[in-house]
Amino acid sequence: MTTKDHTPVLKVENLQTSFFTYDGEVKAVDGVDFEVRENETLGIVGESGSGKSITSLSVMQLIQSPGEIIGGKIELNGDDLLQKSKAQFAKYRGNRLSMIFQEPMTSLNPVFTVGHQVAETVKIHKKMGKREAHQEVIRMLKLVGIPAPESRAKSYPHELSGGMRQRVMIAMALACEPELLIADEPTTALDVTIQAQILELIKRLQESTGMAVMIITHDLGVIAETADQVAVMYAGEVVEQADVKTLFNRPLHPYTQGLMNSIPRHDVDVDELEVIRGTVPSPAEMPSGCRFAQRCPYASEICNTHPSLAAPSNNIDGHTDAGAVRCWIYTDEWDAEGNPMKNEEVQQGS
Amino acid sequence: MTTTPLFETKNLKKYFPVKGGILNRTKAEVKAVDDISFAINPGETLSLVGESGCGKSTTGRAVLRLEEPTDGEITFNGEDFRSLSKSELRDKRKDMQIIFQDPYASLNPRQKVKQILDEAMAIQGVVPKKDRPARIRELMDVVGMRPHQAERYPHEFSGGQRQRIGIARALSVDPKLIVCDEAVSALDVSTQAQVLNLLRDLQRKYDLTYLFISHDLGVVRHISDRVAVMYLGKIVEIADKKSLFDSPRHPYTRALLSAIPVPDPDEKSERIVIEGDVPSPMDPPSGCRFHTRCPFATDICKQEDPELRKTGDMADDHQAACHHMEEIVAQYGTTPTLPEEVGNE
Repeated sequence: MTTKDHTPVLKVENLQTSFFTYDGEVKAVDGVDFEVRENETLGIVGESGSGKSITSLSVMQLIQSPGEIIGGKIELNGDDLLQKSKAQFAKYRGNRLSMIFQEPMTSLNPVFTVGHQVAETVKIHKKMGKREAHQEVIRMLKLVGIPAPESRAKSYPHELSGGMRQRVMIAMALACEPELLIADEPTTALDVTIQAQILELIKRLQESTGMAVMIITHDLGVIAETADQVAVMYAGEVVEQADVKTLFNRPLHPYTQGLMNSIPRHDVDVDELEVIRGTVPSPAEMPSGCRFAQRCPYASEICNTHPSLAAPSNNIDGHTDAGAVRCWIYTDEWDAEGNPMKNEEVQQGS
Repeated sequence: MTTTPLFETKNLKKYFPVKGGILNRTKAEVKAVDDISFAINPGETLSLVGESGCGKSTTGRAVLRLEEPTDGEITFNGEDFRSLSKSELRDKRKDMQIIFQDPYASLNPRQKVKQILDEAMAIQGVVPKKDRPARIRELMDVVGMRPHQAERYPHEFSGGQRQRIGIARALSVDPKLIVCDEAVSALDVSTQAQVLNLLRDLQRKYDLTYLFISHDLGVVRHISDRVAVMYLGKIVEIADKKSLFDSPRHPYTRALLSAIPVPDPDEKSERIVIEGDVPSPMDPPSGCRFHTRCPFATDICKQEDPELRKTGDMADDHQAACHHMEEIVAQYGTTPTLPEEVGNE
């Protein structure tokens, strides 16, 4: 074992990505920090507009104008990626870090066979010859569970089903044995039985290669099944971060709690789903204090000041490993203000 | 206790021709819906659930005659719905409304919300012109929006609000039956919960009957009274909600239930990952259509198409179409999920 085990594969610090529109600056990602370790899966969960996809695109430096990464640090095994030139970074993208997207049809080129497209990756990054690359393609397609890989390699994307296309995307992403795989809603466009297959596949490949995985999704079920660590995003910020068991067993942030209570589950009956009232604030009218305050059932005076992401100070149920949460309720200031709401009540979601 | 169903369809079929060649002749048929029957009682929600291509949306459109069915009977409120002429049909449509998945595409972007609602009422002639503004205000209130928002255009609203407008439009003509075609699928979970609660409140208030089409079994469990599971144009299992989720009989239903990720990391589901993709409906497998992916399939499954039937211990209105139901239950019981080794033979 090397020292790799202790340093994270990916370390993101205070990432800020903004879009400069006619209506002014839209801070899509505003000060996001996280780490992903070897053999570990970080799940980023949030609703539309939470900035989760922009976060992953920022790591891949795929942000296009009018968007721009305006601050922060992204390190891959100690290399500061934001300091690299375009040409230097091209050696990383698709090689040491790669990404799969939600819609495999639009991510594949319709006019080339899938074999050709997977071969392209290995030819560029592994400097393989034509014949060698072809062998490698067959090996990869087999690895991701595509039946009859020799003949499938000659197929065009439209000849494959959604699940098969996603397998091809995964084959392409993993061809260079990346240190980090980013999966942005990898199963959202797929049926549940196919989703189950693809999630199993990613897990199996991670076990054999030890790569770090970042999975971005809106589906808390997918998070619970795949992630080790979870970051919940809301309006461009991480509002809660914890290991998966802690998060699901004791969600702290009122938004996380609301999110969990609003999912209709196929294995539990509820009469009335809990709802989070209102909608996500538009970027133009982003509150200066806590961004969730308008929708939060516990909001108080202090919430007009922006809270920071920190470990809860008042230890909850005697646990100290409770991750981090961006909420005033879990700070000494909240108690000092003499707010009537006690933490216990919040946890019960009353 | 027998109630007369509000809606009933028997042996409903919808085939789409596949044309090709120089003469543009029909080369083949896609059997999107192939001989299904079901009934919905007044005030009830029946859900159609299944994966893409199973024919659930086509069924929803065929029962409203938005797509003319190829064959089969449709009875609405005791009347033969298929024999209606075009004008009679238009008149009847006020009793049957539909809410679509995409609230962006189903509202006219050039009309204000009040015009959208007014148009629906004008076409059906249900509300006299002078009463419509009051009715629009009432509808806006019913779906949880403010009356003055009726002056706005659809693009000024969020997805959830637009879906509320779609619901208001459907309600404007006082329908009896509403077909909800993936009505909450495009929404975020927090918004989805709001719309689901709204649909449920409206049902109670106006005694509405829903045909709810969805791929999301969590949503289906929440909203339904009864559920029909479809696979490749056929109903493979139909039951009241409790029986279907607690003691499913068809291997496909079980596979579907076990494939859903549960938002609880302590509960690693014993899942059966069924192999392969859904076969093409143009050339569906012979016999039982699920046999190509079923871990229990034997020779009889390849030859004979199983009928929907009920075995001794099943609830009254619970039926499933599988040759091997008895053996599977004898061996594995009726828990929703199957032991892991079944899928990995």
